Amino acid sequence: MATYSTNEFKAGLKVMLDNDPCAIIENEFVKPGKGQAFSRVKIRNLKTGRVIERTFKSGESIEGADVVDVEMQYLYNDGQFWHFMVPDTFEQYQTDEKVVGESGKWLKDQDSCTVTLWNDAPLAISPPNFVDLTITETDPGVRGDTSGGGGKPATLETGAVVRVPLFVQIGELIKVDTRTGEYVSRVKE
Amino acid sequence: MLSELRQFFAERSVLEVETPLLSHSIGTDPQLEFFTTEYCLLPQRQTLFLQTSPEFAMKRLLAAGSGCIYQIGKAFRNGESGRFHNPEFTMLEWYRVGFTLPQLMDEITELFAALFREQSLQKTQRISYQAVFISYTGLDPLVFSYQDYCVFARENQIADAVAICGHDHALWLDFIFSHQVQPYLGENALCLVYGYPACQSSLARVNKDNAQIADRVELFINGVELGNGYYELADADEQNRRFDRELAIRQQEKLPVTVKDQRLIAALESGLPECSGVAIGLDRLLMLLSGSVSLDDVLSFPIRRA
Repeated sequence: MATYSTNEFKAGLKVMLDNDPCAIIENEFVKPGKGQAFSRVKIRNLKTGRVIERTFKSGESIEGADVVDVEMQYLYNDGQFWHFMVPDTFEQYQTDEKVVGESGKWLKDQDSCTVTLWNDAPLAISPPNFVDLTITETDPGVRGDTSGGGGKPATLETGAVVRVPLFVQIGELIKVDTRTGEYVSRVKE
Repeated sequence: MLSELRQFFAERSVLEVETPLLSHSIGTDPQLEFFTTEYCLLPQRQTLFLQTSPEFAMKRLLAAGSGCIYQIGKAFRNGESGRFHNPEFTMLEWYRVGFTLPQLMDEITELFAALFREQSLQKTQRISYQAVFISYTGLDPLVFSYQDYCVFARENQIADAVAICGHDHALWLDFIFSHQVQPYLGENALCLVYGYPACQSSLARVNKDNAQIADRVELFINGVELGNGYYELADADEQNRRFDRELAIRQQEKLPVTVKDQRLIAALESGLPECSGVAIGLDRLLMLLSGSVSLDDVLSFPIRRA
């Protein structure tokens, strides 16, 4: 893998730091007029998601990380592993709960999602920003309910629970923002 | 901004000068990378340097008896690019014959009051490097304690400093000052930090009463470094020694070779008048005056689009 010098640091660059793959979020060139130059970097550990700040002396290099984002289709969960496939090549990947994490509750069979591969092994799964899912369970609505006021919990086909307005019923398809876990709208089938 | 600057100096009878951007020699500061260019005067070929600052040429004018002078011109520093850096930038540099550093600091304060009159800056702060360093870190910058500096770095999320700085006192000061002190300096005010540690004297005189500090001042507004001034070193032998020391460091670190400016040394030998001088980055100044957050906002074409 290539190495990158501090001059090449920019947002999005994937590098190895303390043996973990990381993504640079922000790089600031710091240099006193009469003094040593540094690169002050905000960096996300792609394994843990934690953001840390690190400083490098200008001109230092660090190793790049073989990290790529690939669009894949989510196939199924066999109870232990989650299975994904690259639509073009039919190449399949499997990964466990630890990697899928919170994203799992937004994944419906056949839906596409972004799989981050590190050395060709799944490192993280990101669902699309918006997903359409069917409500499998929620309290029945009462006549007169409008969009205003309160809301109620609804369980979706993937097991995720979101707050929905009172007028939304079991069996309806709704759009959810996966970044906030919030209901957006009903979807016409 | 430029016309106001010129008016400010005209009122004080400071002469505007222009010195070459291309020169046969260049500063030896190991922290400044320079551009070189090829001068073809066939059959000769010579390497010329683009100036990192007009300082040497202006000091030669001072030694030749120019009196008080200022210059607004370009300066070039290789490899510097970022939110507050562009490899080609505009500098204002001025020298006041007979001024001590505190007198120059008064004039800097007047200049900023004039420039920023519509932004209503708070009252100018003056604080010594030692005092400001201690107040933000609890560490004494003049006395190097490897243990204390390491403990401080680990407790303040800058543990990288330990590996980067090792036992290099000046490097530690650069690291800690730029990470833990400078960002907080001059909140909506001009902050003048004076009395730099002698190991960071650059081209300033060492203080005559306290050999631990140099008569050097730096200017900050909202955490942005705007300029650097000295009670100018006039001792040719001392200047020669500093050049040699920096050249040795350059050699050690395998940095590009430079030649020391014999013409500057000759000028100092013939006699530089007692004077103080300061250089201010005008792009950064304009950035602050216009409330911008990045140099790119005030440059017509930053380097990647130049």
